[in-house]
Amino acid sequence: MIPKPTVGGDAETTPRTQAQSSPTGDVASSKTSPAGDPAESIAPPRSTDAVLETHNLSVYYTNLLALREITIAIPRNRITALIGPSGCGKSTLLRCFNRMNDLIPGARSEGHLWFEGVDIAASSTDPVTLRRRIGMVFQRPNPFPKTIYQNVAWGARINGYQGDMDELVERSLRRAALWDEVKGKLRKSGLELSGGQQQRLCIARTLAVEPEVILMDEPCSALDPVSTARVEDLMDDLKDEYTIVIVTHNMQQARRVSDMTACLMPDEASADGHRTGVLAEFSPTDRLFTNPKDPRTEAYITGRIG
Amino acid sequence: MTNKTEPETNRSAWSGPSRLRSAQGAVTALVLFGCALITIVTTFLILGVLGGETISFFRVSKIGLIEFFSGTEIDFKSARPRFGLPPLIWGTFVIAVGASLVALPIGLLSAIFLSEYAPERLRRVLKPTLELLAGIPTIVYGYLALTVITPWLQSVLAPLGIRVEQFNAFSGCVVVGIMIVPLVSSLSEDVLSAAPRSLREAGYALGATKFEVATRIVLPASFSGVAASFILAISRAIGETMAVVLAAGSLAQIKLNPFTSIETMTAYIVAVTNGEASYGSPEYLSLFAVGITLFFMTLCLNMLSGAVIRRYREATP
Repeated sequence: MIPKPTVGGDAETTPRTQAQSSPTGDVASSKTSPAGDPAESIAPPRSTDAVLETHNLSVYYTNLLALREITIAIPRNRITALIGPSGCGKSTLLRCFNRMNDLIPGARSEGHLWFEGVDIAASSTDPVTLRRRIGMVFQRPNPFPKTIYQNVAWGARINGYQGDMDELVERSLRRAALWDEVKGKLRKSGLELSGGQQQRLCIARTLAVEPEVILMDEPCSALDPVSTARVEDLMDDLKDEYTIVIVTHNMQQARRVSDMTACLMPDEASADGHRTGVLAEFSPTDRLFTNPKDPRTEAYITGRIG
Repeated sequence: MTNKTEPETNRSAWSGPSRLRSAQGAVTALVLFGCALITIVTTFLILGVLGGETISFFRVSKIGLIEFFSGTEIDFKSARPRFGLPPLIWGTFVIAVGASLVALPIGLLSAIFLSEYAPERLRRVLKPTLELLAGIPTIVYGYLALTVITPWLQSVLAPLGIRVEQFNAFSGCVVVGIMIVPLVSSLSEDVLSAAPRSLREAGYALGATKFEVATRIVLPASFSGVAASFILAISRAIGETMAVVLAAGSLAQIKLNPFTSIETMTAYIVAVTNGEASYGSPEYLSLFAVGITLFFMTLCLNMLSGAVIRRYREATP
């Protein structure tokens, strides 16, 4: 597997631009980059407990730099929180991991990005297979306008699940702590559930395809405190089997649920107000919140920024 | 006081309640109500004329309801006039079904292509181009059938021993089908594109391909709108007149062979109005009986589409 310098340029939606030929490529390479030539091939790091790793990952939307040179390693069977003020690229980073940014015209990235040592961004990597192994839960609950049963079974069915579907649906709903509330109404529409139940249905749907990683993009921001607590308990249960990456605006939530925390910060805003996100600090959660190394992190967690 | 940043309210700068503004509101409401009333009154007047003349048709012609709904002959020349609706309903049915077989698949597939697959730039060119089809006068479709499609069919099918009449149902179905493609594609494209982005993302995040997202998430979620576009297109096919008269002729008969002539209800109305039926004669009055039947058929389809939209709107977010 030869890592390619560009990330996220899927042929179906976005034009693939090589780092060398990109008009903005020199923005990233003019910085003091340890990789030197961005086109230089880098072997995947061999740290055994990292599931997802990036090296000098920069993301552009058309010509705007959204994220600059992010280097991070997401540990296995841990909950990693991405925190930071609005517009600092937390969701952008999250959406690189399952190539969701492919769906946004004009999005492209440079640098390196690996999942279990495999180059995520390579054109030989099939985003469909990748997304089955790296599930995602979104900010607003988005169940399909289908029955509760169909919502859970849908992903497994399209991915060719051959086993007992009833059993899989029940197991996934139990795993998402929703079974007892819905077992009598599996044929009802998923849209009839409350917001918190809908979000747990979306988690059950993600679990049903048996992924290895679950990406959560502010999963509780549309939920009330009781539902939020249930989802947080659920995450704690799930981390024995899954690697979880969660984007959150809520610092208390990051503190409660995560083992590792990455604090992203906007670089100094340009004249037109565009912000570029950089990684300020990546540490174990308790250390980041009690003894932050980076002054920007400290300013953010004490409420002076954001 | 002047250097204070806090804005002060200046009550004297505002005029009091204006009598002109309240009068404006009343007049606007009255004018709008009048416009709505005109359409409603017109509809009921048309219905009244159709209904009244239909009653005189049954009275003057001495044709019973049973013969009207089950007879297969239309003959006003003989001493005892005969009139049966089924051949006309058959003609209308053939055109509606045949045109749907052409238009629904082509229209739906182009809508899916436009909304899910086509790049934005291509979509912006293709959609108006497809809608251009709807701007072609229907009479043009009619003589295209007569001068292009039918001769082509004849030359292709003659070696196989199939005789294609100059006026035939097949050509009629093809041209009416092409004519209503833009209705299906344009309306369906609108509803498919309106399906929420969050649903598509949910599908992709589960490892679905583009095809699976398009056919198994977006299409079912937009079902009501797509069905409504189908029904609208079908009622357009039922009401189509000139293209059908020129392509399929006006020979009221029930034959399964699509290469023979048929007569739709609308074509019958054209034929009678062009003929020498005298005012008040049974033949003249039959126009209204056919007209009111047509009215009820399209009314039913419109109500069906309304019901479909209401039924499935609740299922989508």
